[in-house]
Amino acid sequence: MTDLTRLNAVDLAGLVANGDASAVEVTRAHLDRIGAVDDRVHAFLHVDSDGALAAARAVDERRAAGEELGPLAGVPVAVKDVLTTKGVPTTVGSKILEGWRPPYDSTIVERLRAAGTVMLGKTNMDEFAMGSSTEYSAYGPTRNPWDTDRIPGGSGGGSAAALAAYEAPLAIGSDTGGSIRQPGAVTGTVGAKPTYGGTSRYGLVAFSSSLDTPGPCARTVLDAALLHQVIGGHDPRDSTSIPAPVPDVVGAAKLGASGDLTGVKLGVVTEFTGEGAEPGVMAAFRESVEALAKLGAEIVEISCPHFRYALPAYYLIAPSECSSNLARFDGVRFGLRVGDDGNRSLEEVMSLTREAGFGPEVKRRIMIGTYALSSGYYDAYYGQAQKVRTLITRDFTSAFEQVDALISPTTPFVAFPIGARTADPYQMYLADLFTIPTNLYGGPAISVPCGLSDGLPVGLQIMAPTMADDRMYRVAAALESSVGAFTPPAL
Amino acid sequence: MAAISREEVAHLARLSRLAVTEEELDMFAGQLDVILQSVAQVGEVAAADIPPTSHSVPLTNVLRDDVVTPSLTPQEVLSGAPDAEEQRFRVPRILDEDVAS
Repeated sequence: MTDLTRLNAVDLAGLVANGDASAVEVTRAHLDRIGAVDDRVHAFLHVDSDGALAAARAVDERRAAGEELGPLAGVPVAVKDVLTTKGVPTTVGSKILEGWRPPYDSTIVERLRAAGTVMLGKTNMDEFAMGSSTEYSAYGPTRNPWDTDRIPGGSGGGSAAALAAYEAPLAIGSDTGGSIRQPGAVTGTVGAKPTYGGTSRYGLVAFSSSLDTPGPCARTVLDAALLHQVIGGHDPRDSTSIPAPVPDVVGAAKLGASGDLTGVKLGVVTEFTGEGAEPGVMAAFRESVEALAKLGAEIVEISCPHFRYALPAYYLIAPSECSSNLARFDGVRFGLRVGDDGNRSLEEVMSLTREAGFGPEVKRRIMIGTYALSSGYYDAYYGQAQKVRTLITRDFTSAFEQVDALISPTTPFVAFPIGARTADPYQMYLADLFTIPTNLYGGPAISVPCGLSDGLPVGLQIMAPTMADDRMYRVAAALESSVGAFTPPAL
Repeated sequence: MAAISREEVAHLARLSRLAVTEEELDMFAGQLDVILQSVAQVGEVAAADIPPTSHSVPLTNVLRDDVVTPSLTPQEVLSGAPDAEEQRFRVPRILDEDVAS
């Protein structure tokens, strides 16, 4: 008997479509797997068994009635707890929203349901998506299935770990500074950040609105592309949604799988191949660059001089937007309220509620943002960061006049031990050194497994021009066909 | 030299509506100082003539058609409220008692 949890989404969908397995069987297999391993992984904050089985039964009924099913119908998916799910708890990894059941679905979740995918539950994350290890979750860390003493990346560590632990074949993440790609890299899975505006932010709990981008996570490039196709596209409820069709990411992934990159020109980002990355990461990256060259790609070095300022610019822009966005957590309309004894004023209750409801990293970012936006500091900090953002965008546009896509390691280091970087917040920020420029520019980028360093996964990042998401899928699928998949040791 | 003092952090916490503890102030003062000194690197870039970027999508004045569409019921909207009364969010007092009376 095939272990259904080991199959990819495309194969599971095929089994369901052909009647070789029911959606209920596929769903039960994954729920059983979650029951067997999640006490050790802690990828999920909430498992919606009843909702999942009901959704699976609906798919089986539609098939029995002869209805045509979509390409991912009956396939389970894990959803990062940053997206609202009607009637299903949504915490954003924070105590301030503990027990909240949203009255509406986010657009991404609405599209997942419409496509007949089966939502298994909500995955763990750093509180409000602020972090690179999932250690800042108010509900305890997620563990890396490759080594449960190590972090699974963040903020979307739960989604990535669920894939690597075979608890789900597909997952949704959100990427503000690398929160899809970095967890993908350190868990040996695929994580794609679509073009900003290519996926809807409606119902995505806001962290940094000019950067937040929901996107697909999977174990293979084709699965990620299929999920991207389902969730992507214009949404009139998001005013920054791009009114254009989703690039043909599925076609590109299939084209890339043929392993031919003839005519594709790739630029290795000079600034990201010197100091800053671990030797083991660089060794795996260099081998992959050779593999890409063997597939026919032309490889050149490209300098992007302002990328070194991306990290400081990001840690001004994102906290500034966060300090404004998180003002809505005031103990009035949803979530926690603390200290309302009938005597305290609204302002006192608000301050006590936010003090009790937010964790230390969220507080740090709110205060940094408040500082950077305050009069007297605005020009030197937030204003200057916005100008640097322009220069980083120019680095990208100039690079894309010379090459089709840029490549780099996804992260400077492999999964680190839990607790290794929490004492010094800035050390945690360095995990996003290579992923942040793309967010500031707004283009798409994908992390694909490219090798191992001391038995831990390394990811290669492909960055493409805005609305050329298909390009990165082609290159990623080609690399995947060459280096293969990486399977973690049994849990 | 420190970029930010403990007193300034206390002020930021008040502006941010965070009732932080004394222990937190000690911790945050050092951490915010490290972070601010690091992000201050953006000041090294000569960018006087560079226009700022607030957003990567060049869309302006995105409007929808003025048509009525279904929306949440008052019960749904209030379902997550810590306190509600007569189809409204109930909040603690906003004015001082002597002013209110």
